[in-house]
Amino acid sequence: MSGFLSSSIARKFAMALSALFLIIFLIIHLTVNLTSVFSEDVFNQLSHFMGTNPLIQFGLQPVLIIGVIFHFVMGFVLEIRNKGARDVKYVNFKGAANSTWMSRNMVYSGLAILAFLVIHFIDFWLPEMNYKYIEGLPADSTRYYEELQHKFVPLWRAAAYSVAFVFLALHLLHGFQSAFQSMGFNNKYSSFVKALGKWYSIIIPAGFIFVTLYHHFNH
Amino acid sequence: MNLTLKIWRQKDSKTKGQMVEYKVTDISEHMSFLEMMDVLNEQLVAKNEEPVAFDHDCREGICGMCSLHINGEAHGPDRGITTCQLHMRMFHDGETITIEPWRAKAFPVIKDLVVDRTAFERIQQAGGYISVNTSGNTQDANGIPISKHNADKAMDAAACIGCGACVASCKNSSAMLFVGAKVSQFALLPQGKVEATERVLNMVKQMDEEGFGNCTNTGACEVECPKGITLENIARMNREYLSASMKG
Ligand code: HEM
Ligand code: SF4
Ligand code: FES
Repeated sequence: MSGFLSSSIARKFAMALSALFLIIFLIIHLTVNLTSVFSEDVFNQLSHFMGTNPLIQFGLQPVLIIGVIFHFVMGFVLEIRNKGARDVKYVNFKGAANSTWMSRNMVYSGLAILAFLVIHFIDFWLPEMNYKYIEGLPADSTRYYEELQHKFVPLWRAAAYSVAFVFLALHLLHGFQSAFQSMGFNNKYSSFVKALGKWYSIIIPAGFIFVTLYHHFNH
Repeated sequence: MNLTLKIWRQKDSKTKGQMVEYKVTDISEHMSFLEMMDVLNEQLVAKNEEPVAFDHDCREGICGMCSLHINGEAHGPDRGITTCQLHMRMFHDGETITIEPWRAKAFPVIKDLVVDRTAFERIQQAGGYISVNTSGNTQDANGIPISKHNADKAMDAAACIGCGACVASCKNSSAMLFVGAKVSQFALLPQGKVEATERVLNMVKQMDEEGFGNCTNTGACEVECPKGITLENIARMNREYLSASMKG
């Protein structure tokens, strides 16, 4: 890594920027998911729009994928470098005395999210790509709801998704406010950012869990 | 109090070290932690053994020399203090206390509990100063108006004694609290503005070259810092750095 990204602070900044992008993306994703609970029609229309609009398909989707990959690759790079910055470990290190579990285990909550993302891609993204671009099946704006419901019938999937969202909550409980600090935002509004982060980190994953369980129990 | 001490012993920077157990008896709870170490060393000297090497100087919390990672925390269990200000009353009779040097690749052990913190000096030399013209025409600092708010914040940042507890407590061995404080104490004052761009770029560059880790905002440093340096200083350094990078 050369240039701007070779410095520690720039890496933090890029990390925070990709994270903020993901935070905004999650709001949109959850909004679409929630409509499936209220209206099959609205969900189908929104999914069809998301899946066929060229700006979203060929503009935003690649940005999102690159953003996710950048985020976790940079997360690993930082973790490995940071581990290396202490060659001899402490015999006794009381991390819990001065920091939260969430803040010390971002790479593990991140790994859980990454494992989920792999399953999630295999579950939804690959079949979509297959349907649209490989088999080139005719556009059908009514298929999404059924596909969704069908997916959450197996208990293992509903359970795995729910657990992953708990890890997402843990990741965000530290990450949300951390991203602001990384970007140099620390002032009289920071207590508001912290509170907002707490609400976001609980409500968004809880919303995803709700949709998952809703479809598991209602089909 | 009678105590069991588990202390890191290491002959020199090249030899591998290990934890060695010692017993001390009749320790007064009014003693400072370093006085307790003195008692141990007197015992060792009386037995013709090598005393434990540890750093100290002022013994009143102002020089930043004393270090020690005690029972898993920099400067031990108390808050807002250095090790020389740590009282034995924070411990109880019969306790086993682990004592380790600061651990960071950028702070190599010289002997026992003494580590080499000159990495901090090299960071300071990279930009932790202001250049003044000493021809006699320099404007009197007291004649330059500075807002009370900024003056206070600069003083708070300047309280950093360069002890390295932030690095020692950080799971990433990051020096960003120290560098954040050293950047901030100048960034907030008009005298510091002149060299602000090169200062932050050079100090951060040096910090990275020394091999310190990268901040992940766990906040451990702020909790363990004896001088109450806050994370606000890291955010200020980040802002200074990002805007300096734009200027090139
Ligand atoms: C949609 C999913 C995700 C969201 C919303 C998210 C959000 C965040 C946020 C807000 C931060 C704090 C950034 C900062 O302090 O500057 C962060 C840090 C981090 N993330 Fe994620 N993340 C996600 C997925 C992942 C994944 C898949 C990994 C894979 C391992 C990961 C690994 C990390 C690591 C290691 C950090 C700590 C890096 C640091 O603070 O320097 N994240 N994440
Ligand atoms: S910031 Fe605090 S802990 Fe770090 S060197 Fe300065 S005084 Fe010590
Ligand atoms: S010996 Fe000077 S601060 Fe402790």
